[in-house]
Amino acid sequence: MATVVSPRGQRYVDLLERVWGERKGLVGWLTTTDHKRIGIMYFFTALALFGAGGVEALLIRTQLFGPNGHVLSPAAYDEIFTMHGITMIFLFVIPMTTGAFGNYLLPLMIGARDMAFPRMNALSYWIYLASGIFMYIALAQGHAPNAGWFNYVPLASKTYDPSNNIDFYGWGLIFNGISSTAAVINFIVTIFKLRAPGMSLNRMPLFCYAFLAVSFALLFALPSLSVACLFLELDRQFGFQFYNAAHGGAPLLWQNLFWIFGHPEVYIIILPAFGIATAIIPTFTHRKMVFFPLVALAEILVAFLGFGVWVHHMFTVGYATVTTVYFAAASLIIVIPSAIQLFAWIATIMTGTPEFKTPMLFIIGFIVFFIIGGLSGVTLAAIPFDQQVHDSYYVIAHFHFVIFGAAVFPILGGMYFWFPKVTGRMYNETVGKVSFWTTFVGTFVTFFPMHILGLMGMIRRNYTYPAGLGFSTLNAVETVAAFVLAGGLVSIVLNLLISYFKGPMCGSDPWEGDTLEWSTSSPPPPYNYAVIPTVTSPYPMWDKADRELDNRRLERGEGVFALGHRTPGSTVQDAEFDELLKMPPHSIWPPVTAMALAGVFTMLLLGHLFIAVGFAAAIALALLGWHHRGSEP
Amino acid sequence: MIVVGGLLASGCGRQSIISNQSPPAHGITVLWWWMLGVAGLVFVGSVAFLVIGYVKRHTPGLPFLGQNELAAQGLVLLFGIGIPLGVLVALFGVSDVYLIRQTAAPAPNTTRLTIHVIGHQWWWEVRYGDGHPVTANEIHIPVRTRVNVVATTADVIHSFWVPQLNRKIDMIPGQRNRVLLYANRSGKYRGQCSQYCGLQHANMAMFVIAQPAPAFRSWLAHMSTPAAKPTTPQARAGERLFMNSQCSSCHFIGGTPAQGTVGPDLTHVKSRSTLASGMIPNTPKWLADWIHNPQAIKPGDRMPDLGLSWGEVHQIVAYLQELK
Repeated sequence: MATVVSPRGQRYVDLLERVWGERKGLVGWLTTTDHKRIGIMYFFTALALFGAGGVEALLIRTQLFGPNGHVLSPAAYDEIFTMHGITMIFLFVIPMTTGAFGNYLLPLMIGARDMAFPRMNALSYWIYLASGIFMYIALAQGHAPNAGWFNYVPLASKTYDPSNNIDFYGWGLIFNGISSTAAVINFIVTIFKLRAPGMSLNRMPLFCYAFLAVSFALLFALPSLSVACLFLELDRQFGFQFYNAAHGGAPLLWQNLFWIFGHPEVYIIILPAFGIATAIIPTFTHRKMVFFPLVALAEILVAFLGFGVWVHHMFTVGYATVTTVYFAAASLIIVIPSAIQLFAWIATIMTGTPEFKTPMLFIIGFIVFFIIGGLSGVTLAAIPFDQQVHDSYYVIAHFHFVIFGAAVFPILGGMYFWFPKVTGRMYNETVGKVSFWTTFVGTFVTFFPMHILGLMGMIRRNYTYPAGLGFSTLNAVETVAAFVLAGGLVSIVLNLLISYFKGPMCGSDPWEGDTLEWSTSSPPPPYNYAVIPTVTSPYPMWDKADRELDNRRLERGEGVFALGHRTPGSTVQDAEFDELLKMPPHSIWPPVTAMALAGVFTMLLLGHLFIAVGFAAAIALALLGWHHRGSEP
Repeated sequence: MIVVGGLLASGCGRQSIISNQSPPAHGITVLWWWMLGVAGLVFVGSVAFLVIGYVKRHTPGLPFLGQNELAAQGLVLLFGIGIPLGVLVALFGVSDVYLIRQTAAPAPNTTRLTIHVIGHQWWWEVRYGDGHPVTANEIHIPVRTRVNVVATTADVIHSFWVPQLNRKIDMIPGQRNRVLLYANRSGKYRGQCSQYCGLQHANMAMFVIAQPAPAFRSWLAHMSTPAAKPTTPQARAGERLFMNSQCSSCHFIGGTPAQGTVGPDLTHVKSRSTLASGMIPNTPKWLADWIHNPQAIKPGDRMPDLGLSWGEVHQIVAYLQELK
């Protein structure tokens, strides 16, 4: 910590170290319930899967480099593009934003010592890891899901896809969904109940608003996907006919259920990125966000309205005009809360004194790409135009600007921004700037020409295209740019990796940041804060008097709660001190439970129902161990 | 430069929405250029704000207005709510209220001809009226005539899309979707399945051939006739082979025992310009290669390798060459 702690204060710090310390080594990581360590595990797992998804993307681009490509067979291409989509959405972006960034930062930002349910938090991670392995076993055995990430029936039915490719998709996504559900319930309770006393809702950082909105959106969107996948597996494995038109089922039922999840999902992907942007912008513009309440409202509105637009993925299925027009109108309305946030960021940058360090550059890149992706999104709400370019490369261009440009760029900026907090060291700024420009140019040149290819009639999910339609040049350019983009991403990882070992020490607050995480040491201690921080505004680190007050409170032992594994709970709205919550210690049961659950899903996949029931019983036993009270004070 | 060059290139593509050839496709193209113009304006304006932010990065506050929080909030309200609201209402009116009527399914009794197009993995079956004539992968229509296309599927979901002529329409099991087909002038327009439908989705192309009404009528009359009888000994041998091998269990040839319905109707196969759903030209050489080893050309296709010798292949080719 920046300030020197007196011997009197040090006594409390030592006590906290003893109460909150965890086991060392591998066992420590396996049994941890510390949100920061769980966040770090999420980060590395998601990063590895990002690498896998990236390699898949490069394979796709290599195949499409010229007409009639032969790098991949049609069957391999279908598996690769499907795995690319599944990986990037379910195994990279969501775990990276909610799992890694949310887990690590959220308790810090609200001045809490951990998440509300630390063991459930660990369980979410282990289930996520297991579901990622589950999906990639499919690829390793040569039968990966191959019907696209939205997996339309009847192509995904047993009749047309008789091997177990799709079963990995169906069971895998239900499995993965349990992890996300547990994670977001944890976020909601943590945000509502664990905020430091004084952090009333109107003083909560916008980052937390974004994560609150995402958590609610995921909580309500995921059941639809799980039900869709359950119906799918009942059809495939048990002879049900939910989706079979020949027996009174409806293929469109899948599309509706999928997109009722799938569209909120798009905002679930982008909202944490908004949150990261609203955390970085005030720091580097040296001013508060313009129109804080409106931005908070807009973040929540985006998540809410996102539930009313799903049919815009289905404008070509032949629904009556009146149906499609309603959903087009709803889709257009979402532009408003998005534009509010966009211009709030722009106004903050314009009226502040922006400093273009690497994290800020990534946020500028994000804004530029979000404008492009947002505008192309608006064009797709014009139904006749959507009916033309739907399922063409125009759509691929649109959602890569939104998902890669606008969701991943803040993740990359955030990696640079919080690197000093997580590691205690500073990255190399020059390499950082070079990595930004490489990634920025690579992204633009990879994805922008896809708009044009779409207008020229290039369909998506085509393993190849013929010469003579004018597609060749732009595809070749895109493929070269994709490798430039990959180079940019690798340079980011290398920069951070080398800086971890060789970077200069940076202290607790290298950026003069505005939120609480900058007040504790880098990296933060297991208990986060020796004193639960005093909060009187949404920019607590800029309230110097409060921080000095905290130092004096440590002297007096006020707000330390060092006599047990405790963190204060507060009231939902005004965050008045409510009760002292007992937090569970580290435990081996979360990974054990996750393994038993993996057993259930593996047996369901293989069709061994009785063994699956056996594994379910094992979960019950693990939960008994989980809830057994040891000698915890 | 990339943008301009690319857009010019897209203007002359054979499958481009920009080189439209019908009133609905034209309407969509005009809408696109307007949207591009407005979007360009919004993009340039927003980036200009960022540039202003960069230029005045050492002085807080807005240019001219200074450190005025109300002005900054006004900026958000104007550009975040006010202007978008106006633009969105206009876009909604033009596209989703007005233009959508042109791309909607044609009203009953406004079309002169109905064509049934049935998607298969991975080719298109085309039926005129309820029975014969039937053809595949090439849809002949009379020029400047409103044609009602009924789009259905025999297996998975496909999507019927001829970008120069109109929007796309999905072909969904259990549904009969309809779309208007109209061409301003005679020509050959390429289309493609646009909904991912499995291994050979990339090679599920078709052509719409718009021709003057008399030419269309004589084409249709010819299509209604049974297949020509083979004239050369080679072709007669080919016919025998065709009827006695697996060929006839999947393909239909009018006036012969070949009554299969799994693959394309071959009654007048020689009249078509491509094979394998627009993938290869319909020349004797390509046809021979296709029959000899279809899986090498279109991996995963439903047409199996029959293990025929080259001699047998050439007999069948000779026969099919006479099915004009």
